[in-house]
Amino acid sequence: MSTCSVSKGCFVFKPSTKKRRLSDKTGHDFRCPSNDSEDTQLRFVTCQSLWNQIKSETEQIQEDLNKQLLDNLVSFLSRSHSDFQEKTTEWTCRMKFREIPTAALVLGVNVTDHDLTFRGLSDVLQDNITPYVALLEAKDCPGIKNLMQKLMGQLMNCDIDVDSMDDEDCVQVSQNRIRCSMPSLISWYDSVTKKTDSETPSKKRNSSSRHWRSPPVVVIFKDMESFTTKVLQDFIVISSQHIHELPLVLIFGIATSPMIIHRLLPHSVSSLLCIELFQSLSCKEHLSTIIDKLLLTSRFPFKLGEKVLQVLINIFLYHDFSVQNFIKGFQLCIVEHFYSQPLSVLCCHLVDIKKRVYSLSHDQCENIRRLPSFRRYVEKQESGKQIELLTNDSFLKEETQKLLEDLHVYHENYVSILRCLHVFTSSLPKYPLGKQIRELHCACLENRVWETEEYESSLQLARMLNKTDLVTMLQQCVEILIASSGKEFDRAIEKLKEFLTQFQNLEAEASQERDVSVSPQKELQKKTDLYHLQKTLLELKESRRSKKLTKFEMLRFEVVDYIDSLVRRYLVPADNRTLHEIVYFNAAAVLRGHLNAAPRTALHTALNNPHWYLKNQALKCDGGGISNKAPDICIVYKLHLECGRLINLADWLEAFSTVVMAAEEPNADAASSDQVDDVIHARFIRAVSELELLGFIKPSKQKTDHVARLTWGGC
Amino acid sequence: MSRPEGMRSSRHSLQVKFVPDEDVLKHITDDTGTKVRKEKAQLSVSVKRFVKKLENISDNEAQEILEEKNYVAALGICTQDAVGNGSNISGGEVYSFQTPKRSNKMAELASELAQTPEQNVSPDHSKCPEKMAKTPQNSKLSSSNRVQQTSKKKEFVSTTPYRLRKRLAAPDPYLESESEYSASCSEEEEDEEEQKEVSTIISDQKTPAKTKAASTPPHRNSLAKKRKAQKMGNLVEEYFEAHSSSKVLTSDRTLQKFRKRRLNQQTLYDLLKNAPLAYAAEIRDLNQQHESLFSKWMLQLHLGFNIVLYGLGSKRDLLEKFRTSLLQDSVHLVVNGYFPSITVRSILNSITEEVLDHIGTFRSPLDQLEFITKRFKEDSSLELYVLIHNLDSQMLRGERSQQILAQLSSLPSIYLIASIDHINAPLMWDQAKLSLYNWLWYETTTFSPYVEETSYENSLLVQQSGSLALSSLMHVLHSLTLNARGIFRLLAQHQLEKKDNPSYPGLSFQDFYQQCREAFLVNSDLTLRAQLTEFRDHKLIRTKRGADGVEYLLIPVDDSTLTDFLEKEDEDV
Repeated sequence: MSTCSVSKGCFVFKPSTKKRRLSDKTGHDFRCPSNDSEDTQLRFVTCQSLWNQIKSETEQIQEDLNKQLLDNLVSFLSRSHSDFQEKTTEWTCRMKFREIPTAALVLGVNVTDHDLTFRGLSDVLQDNITPYVALLEAKDCPGIKNLMQKLMGQLMNCDIDVDSMDDEDCVQVSQNRIRCSMPSLISWYDSVTKKTDSETPSKKRNSSSRHWRSPPVVVIFKDMESFTTKVLQDFIVISSQHIHELPLVLIFGIATSPMIIHRLLPHSVSSLLCIELFQSLSCKEHLSTIIDKLLLTSRFPFKLGEKVLQVLINIFLYHDFSVQNFIKGFQLCIVEHFYSQPLSVLCCHLVDIKKRVYSLSHDQCENIRRLPSFRRYVEKQESGKQIELLTNDSFLKEETQKLLEDLHVYHENYVSILRCLHVFTSSLPKYPLGKQIRELHCACLENRVWETEEYESSLQLARMLNKTDLVTMLQQCVEILIASSGKEFDRAIEKLKEFLTQFQNLEAEASQERDVSVSPQKELQKKTDLYHLQKTLLELKESRRSKKLTKFEMLRFEVVDYIDSLVRRYLVPADNRTLHEIVYFNAAAVLRGHLNAAPRTALHTALNNPHWYLKNQALKCDGGGISNKAPDICIVYKLHLECGRLINLADWLEAFSTVVMAAEEPNADAASSDQVDDVIHARFIRAVSELELLGFIKPSKQKTDHVARLTWGGC
Repeated sequence: MSRPEGMRSSRHSLQVKFVPDEDVLKHITDDTGTKVRKEKAQLSVSVKRFVKKLENISDNEAQEILEEKNYVAALGICTQDAVGNGSNISGGEVYSFQTPKRSNKMAELASELAQTPEQNVSPDHSKCPEKMAKTPQNSKLSSSNRVQQTSKKKEFVSTTPYRLRKRLAAPDPYLESESEYSASCSEEEEDEEEQKEVSTIISDQKTPAKTKAASTPPHRNSLAKKRKAQKMGNLVEEYFEAHSSSKVLTSDRTLQKFRKRRLNQQTLYDLLKNAPLAYAAEIRDLNQQHESLFSKWMLQLHLGFNIVLYGLGSKRDLLEKFRTSLLQDSVHLVVNGYFPSITVRSILNSITEEVLDHIGTFRSPLDQLEFITKRFKEDSSLELYVLIHNLDSQMLRGERSQQILAQLSSLPSIYLIASIDHINAPLMWDQAKLSLYNWLWYETTTFSPYVEETSYENSLLVQQSGSLALSSLMHVLHSLTLNARGIFRLLAQHQLEKKDNPSYPGLSFQDFYQQCREAFLVNSDLTLRAQLTEFRDHKLIRTKRGADGVEYLLIPVDDSTLTDFLEKEDEDV
């Protein structure tokens, strides 16, 4: 069946039911025409399981991060209307002020991530506090009427869920919807709470038993900033009139700053609210946690290369601040890696490596031999081993297994030492190596970090740290190293502990020394004469300069040197490791093309330089020009660049035909002919309407046979 | 300004006496000469300040460019492989300001392209500012074919605000618009005295030549700086020049000149079908490259991404191939976004009615969307592939449509693969929609002609055949009674008779009733009205009330179609 029609725009194709059963999920694995490797199935499964692990991990992280916030909110909500339950006098006196308890939830600018938070929030609320939660979005509520409609619809629907009303009540609900007003909402609330009261002994009670007798009604404004002020004001004023009948709680989702409440609402309205502020974790911290838990760990075999990580972080920082998008990009990296790298079958947990290596086929062995890092490795070996590696598959497999295990160990050590180094660099003034561990990580992945200037300067700064800082840092490092799973760190831990005890000894010595050193100080205090003060100070300075390093300073140098030696040993960039291609994903360009595409640039290139795509010699020309043999649309485009706001079609057509005729028969005197060939005319029409479709021109009624130009780039 | 007091007082006494020309000239030259010189000195100060500012600007710009480069490098462009698009183009090249153009530039380029088939000389842009600047000088003498350009120049000078003009004109010694400039200068200065001294006005027109000569020297010393600022100055100038005039500066030729009939859709199609497609082999190579990605697309669709294709050339064939090769065994929906009357509702309808086999209507698209969401969530075995050609088409690019489509595409068992063509298509989506769509972008430049996509378009160059209108007319009419057809015929005939009258308002109801009665087609105006209602419901006629309150009837179809219709009718009868 064709999908071209002049009467229809949508075409549905349904295969026969029998056929449909045949198409199963396994049809969508890594079957790729270019490599017919047999490991595709395994790769796909590995990829999926890895992604699922990572996904659940990120969800867990998210939950943990939001936990604090949600707990606070829940306790706020339970506090807010406790008085309403007890019907105390305090409540009634507060009622005189008609204040609605309100939670202002500052969530940050990455609006797209808020949905997740709100979903979690409403789940928690429905579990713990109240079944009556309504989520409102600004785009659904252009007026107060729509807002009420939406609100009541959601509240009454959730009521159905709890009490499992039957259809009859549904009809009732839809009837109610017609007259949406606060009184009807209140009567609904009364009836519902009464009903649950009366139904208490019934079997359905258990579902709502965790709620109180009269649970509050929570209204969440997802995007407070986008609501029209009038709607918000009206709603607040109206509901404050009824707060003694309806225990309402508002939650404002705020993307900018809490100030917005006062900007949106005048004092008379905001005084009706009893606002409490809740701050969620900033998205940057969220990202740091994600990076910390996903990348700087040896739990997951898959790693990101420096460029790739840089692209992802840049998209985050420069474009959206969205952690969800970061995770999506990470997912894409995993898929791309497992799809494009046949050896990624070895990108698995340590326990599986042995089995997988031994089941490698000959082709896969060849693939290993082709890896650049492996070739470098082979070149370094002695000749006998070289031959073995290149010819003997089983020997190669053994070696591969060893190398992969080495790589694994390298990661474990890398992460721990990176953290130690971060402890030092993150407390230096001006942060020469970056404040965040991700920056340090990128720097270390990019090249040998100890060869960079920033590293030099940070060592310089570390040599000037004071003792208390140094001691706490060393203690932190010891903790990190003890916590790490690497086995090689026993010595390092010992050494660091030794440093710590030396510092303690120093302290003891220093206290003895102090008595001696006090004397000049005391003298100094005695003298009040300015001249003498200056003199003694100069003397002190002189003596300090001439004095050789104190014990503390010596020790400090030793510590820094030791850290430096650790860095040089363990923070080798991954590119230098053999077989790093198997676990590192490095195709940053692909990733960028898929996530951060530039459609207009692509069009620009295609129109200005068709040779980029169509590899034909006739199209090749240098100096930014264009050949007259280029596709019609390129010529038409190039000609239109020379025009102002309006383009005369007749002139355009003539110019086009001049070019095309010259390209077809270069010697003919094309310029003089006034008549235009039908075919050329048709080609011109096609090219012009294509430009119109692309949005470069549009028809204009300003002058006959003219079109208006819409863009100004590309000339 | 600092004029001797005596002179001023002598002017105040209004007396008309004969002054010889030489005297006047002399008076004016040393009077306005000093004045203008003073003014010039001031001006050059302001020029300096201006130049300084410009330098700052260019410094900042350099900084910005540097930063941009850093950013671009950080994004990993350096590792660009050959297949991707040429992202090495900076944004400034793709998005820039409007610049002034001359009317004959296109012809020049065309002849250039035509003359040098092998080696290409890129047009020398550096020359044009000078050329342009020279035109006003010989404006009075220029032949008629240059009138276009000069009028443009004049337009520019007179519409720019005075202050700005002063700034623009001053740093550019090549721009010889000095005459206008100084004239306006003196105009402003001498506002008050003008009425009193008649003779100055007479001679005012002669002086500029001399004042210019007197005022040039102070300019020379800051020449070096000016040179530096020249480039920037030109840019500023060009910008304002391009935006100043609202006049159309193109030639008045029309397509009539070619004495060609307008091609209609069918002949156009035939002509193009016969014309060989250039670079077919290379285009095929390109397409094969894209086709090798099909399985990857499928995989990524299943992993929760949606795919959007961009790049020059129709992506319809590519998507069709994808559909026929991989989607034969699954339920899928193809949407031709370029179809002129496509709506989101029709897309949703085809999902609910044909995919989900639901009978019934919905109050709003949102309800329908809710229903679809519910069904797809309930039944996990339901899967739907949606292919949308031209997601950015006129009908679908609205905010609401995109929101609904985005929500649809965010369902885990709906797989969306779409193509976009418009250069500004990505502007349709804000962050919220983008996160719903969850796009993976694929560049698929195909260079294939947009045959289907442009076939519906009411292109300016294609003659409206009206065949569609005619067939629908026939269709509707055939279902009506003989009398009704007669009524319609009568109206059509009347309209054709009056086709030469451009202000023909239509046939008034009363006249029409009279005619119908005479032809024994109706017996009361009630039956006629009933008939007309039916016509109106089918949009066969349009009624409008004239200024006198009389109802006029009109068939909203062009004359040729109407003629065709009458001919066809005659055949049938």
